[in-house]
Amino acid sequence: MTNAHLSIDRDHSEAENIFQDAAFMEALRVQMLKFAKLQVRDSQLAEDAVQEAMLSAYQHIDRFARQAAFKTWVFSILKNKLIDLLRKEKRHTAASQLEEGPNLSGDALIEHLFEENGHWQQDERPKKWDQPDHNVENDDFWRIFDACLEALPAKYGRLFMMREFLEMDTPEICHNEEVSVSSLNVTLYRARLRLRECLEDHWFQKETS
Amino acid sequence: MMKCKQATQMLSEKLDRPLSTKEKINLAMHTAICSPCRQFGQQMETLRTLSQAYTKTKESDEK
Repeated sequence: MTNAHLSIDRDHSEAENIFQDAAFMEALRVQMLKFAKLQVRDSQLAEDAVQEAMLSAYQHIDRFARQAAFKTWVFSILKNKLIDLLRKEKRHTAASQLEEGPNLSGDALIEHLFEENGHWQQDERPKKWDQPDHNVENDDFWRIFDACLEALPAKYGRLFMMREFLEMDTPEICHNEEVSVSSLNVTLYRARLRLRECLEDHWFQKETS
Repeated sequence: MMKCKQATQMLSEKLDRPLSTKEKINLAMHTAICSPCRQFGQQMETLRTLSQAYTKTKESDEK
């Protein structure tokens, strides 16, 4: 990020340019929609939330001269809208009703990773991740990250995203999704186990090997 | 003595609730001698940082 775009001038015409940059706006809209649909299963509701977030951002466009700052802000609006939607659609798709999915999950996953005596299986031991900080600037990394998220069983993905992306706290998720605290803790644990393994197999090991 | 299976679950739950003193001590004793679980603990923190970065950075999108 050493390009000469670190100016924080809040020049109006420059701000307007954000909206006139069709390629940037389209890419952002696609990304927001994807983010929303990962979390809200009704795609019409997800699209509405993205529209509203964009509209609300447009009304405050003067505040942003940089696309990155704009993007952070519009996503924070979107997150709030998604949390509202999740509260409302509670009865329809609470995570308690979702299946765990066909992939290795639950006890099978635990058995795959750990020996009977509770220690790591030899070849499943976590390896050192090389400089994870650098990945946030790498588009290829985020593609892998997306793929790993999508590979999670629906229930894991939903609860993980509520906790980590929407930053909802444990009591609120339990209330919303009608799951017990211990069940939420176990599900988040399993989601992280899987995500960790997926990232290590498809990104970190690839890089270091 | 805590096993890796329980230790990894504690390392995940640490992100969702405060651990009790007893849990903290047991976990610290385990990670002191178990390097894979130490890695795992760091990676749990990394997962959180990455999730937070998901919607916030991606500066490479910047024109």
